[in-house]
Amino acid sequence: MRNMLKFQLEDVQLWYNDFKALHGVNMDIEEKEITAFIGPSGCGKSTLLKCLNRMNDLVEGCRITGKLLLDGEDINATQDVNRLRRRVGMVFQKPNPFPMSIYDNIAFGPRTHGVTSRLKLDGIVEKALRDAAIWEETKDRLKKSALSLSGGQQQRLCIARALAVEPEVLLMDEPTSALDPISTSKIEELMADLKKKYTVVIVTHNMQQATRISDKTAFFLLGELIEYGETEQVFSMPKDQRCEDYITGRFG
Amino acid sequence: MRYTLINLFYKVGSPLRQMVRRTMAFFRRLTRRIEDAVFRFFPWLAAIFTFGALLFLIGHILVNGIPYLRPSLFALKYNTENVSLLPALVTTVFMVLLSLLIAAPLGLFTAIYLVEYAKRGSRLVRLVRVTAETLSGIPSIVYGLFGSLFFVSWLGWGYSLLAGTLTLSIMILPLIMRTAEESLKAVPDTYREGSFGLGAGRLRTVFRIVLPAAAPGILAGVILAMGRIVGETAALIYTAGSVAQIPNSLLASGRTLAIHMYALSSEGLYTGQAYATAVVLLVLVVGINALSAALAKRIAKG
Repeated sequence: MRNMLKFQLEDVQLWYNDFKALHGVNMDIEEKEITAFIGPSGCGKSTLLKCLNRMNDLVEGCRITGKLLLDGEDINATQDVNRLRRRVGMVFQKPNPFPMSIYDNIAFGPRTHGVTSRLKLDGIVEKALRDAAIWEETKDRLKKSALSLSGGQQQRLCIARALAVEPEVLLMDEPTSALDPISTSKIEELMADLKKKYTVVIVTHNMQQATRISDKTAFFLLGELIEYGETEQVFSMPKDQRCEDYITGRFG
Repeated sequence: MRYTLINLFYKVGSPLRQMVRRTMAFFRRLTRRIEDAVFRFFPWLAAIFTFGALLFLIGHILVNGIPYLRPSLFALKYNTENVSLLPALVTTVFMVLLSLLIAAPLGLFTAIYLVEYAKRGSRLVRLVRVTAETLSGIPSIVYGLFGSLFFVSWLGWGYSLLAGTLTLSIMILPLIMRTAEESLKAVPDTYREGSFGLGAGRLRTVFRIVLPAAAPGILAGVILAMGRIVGETAALIYTAGSVAQIPNSLLASGRTLAIHMYALSSEGLYTGQAYATAVVLLVLVVGINALSAALAKRIAKG
């Protein structure tokens, strides 16, 4: 059975001022799967990820052409960026909890989108923290500052914060690169759960991570999508020589 | 023959060289020890000096001022008998509140515009920044002269609370703006990204995430500004005047504590009362600082 297509990308090109960062990317991302973007630094994988919820808007001198469709809707044409970002949540490379309490961190998103009832917020906060597998560690200290958590906990908090607005897609930009192995494995376990409900797109430098968690893998090089397919196939018998060289560690 | 000479040289030479080496090592150790002592001593001396100067100053004021802190000094009405400082105290508080009421929002919103909305490094941003820097380097008497010419004479307000307040507002505006700008810039972009990533707009991001994070720094700027207002004389003498009663309107003249002190000590008859005024001023400043620090702590906690 084939899944629904969540994103459809057609000839996406992107410039930072005069520098061309993406040279026409075509790909479809399927719903409720984990898609991993791999490739050496500066290959455009993070850039492409940020296109999916228009975080590149914040970068001055950034220009995008081509078609980016979310459920058939043009991402770049949408007027309401905030609604788009609500549907397509993001977890960043470094955990970035706000300097406020754990509760307020999670409640920030729902409050932004108009939830004011205390009772409702309590429910959302608990559910988000449970979904991000951090409820047990935080339930007794919801009023404490989020900055008092460890790095791994902070990152799960950020995942919870992203989940609290009930997104459809979760973009993760190297979410474990700043974490220790134990925290990393916790987050990987978590992702396996998340894909039941969400479409997950993850950028990773860690190829083992991609093989462990992802269904599809896309390999980028110098702003081009070189190879894209089932993770198993990409890692066991890559079609492209450059992809094979990269995953066997010949460069990167 | 030759060998014996060389041998002899070595026999005498090596202890000699050893002696030289030892002496040199001794002196090297000695200089290092002196250096150590000097470098350990100077910071210590500097710290003692700084602390001592402050302590001496405060002590001097307290010793000379406290005996003159009598109830008559806090009489509601000033006259030449009681030289009451209460009107000046009230004027000072008004002056601080009014000036901040004008300058703090202006400075803060300018800073918010420059950091959060304007294109980074645009010409306008640079222009505003250079202007602010220039303004903050101007001696306060120049502001006083401007206020006197513009507010007092040209607008015809006379010596008044309003003229003084506006002059001070202009004076502290760059200070508040610059400190607010620096504190906003110090808020990591990751906070902004996180907020935008959750679908929050710019307005909400600025007011709910960035401002609370920057609040302690912004408040520090406001405290500095308060200090400048409370301590200002030059800019006020020619704008707010030195009438020693509680001003009954914005267009009435009034003297702040600093000017009260200046007037008393320059008249030379009430030096003790001038010291007493200094005590009150000191307590006021310490009180304001404590209050602001507590406020900053509460805001930072959220």
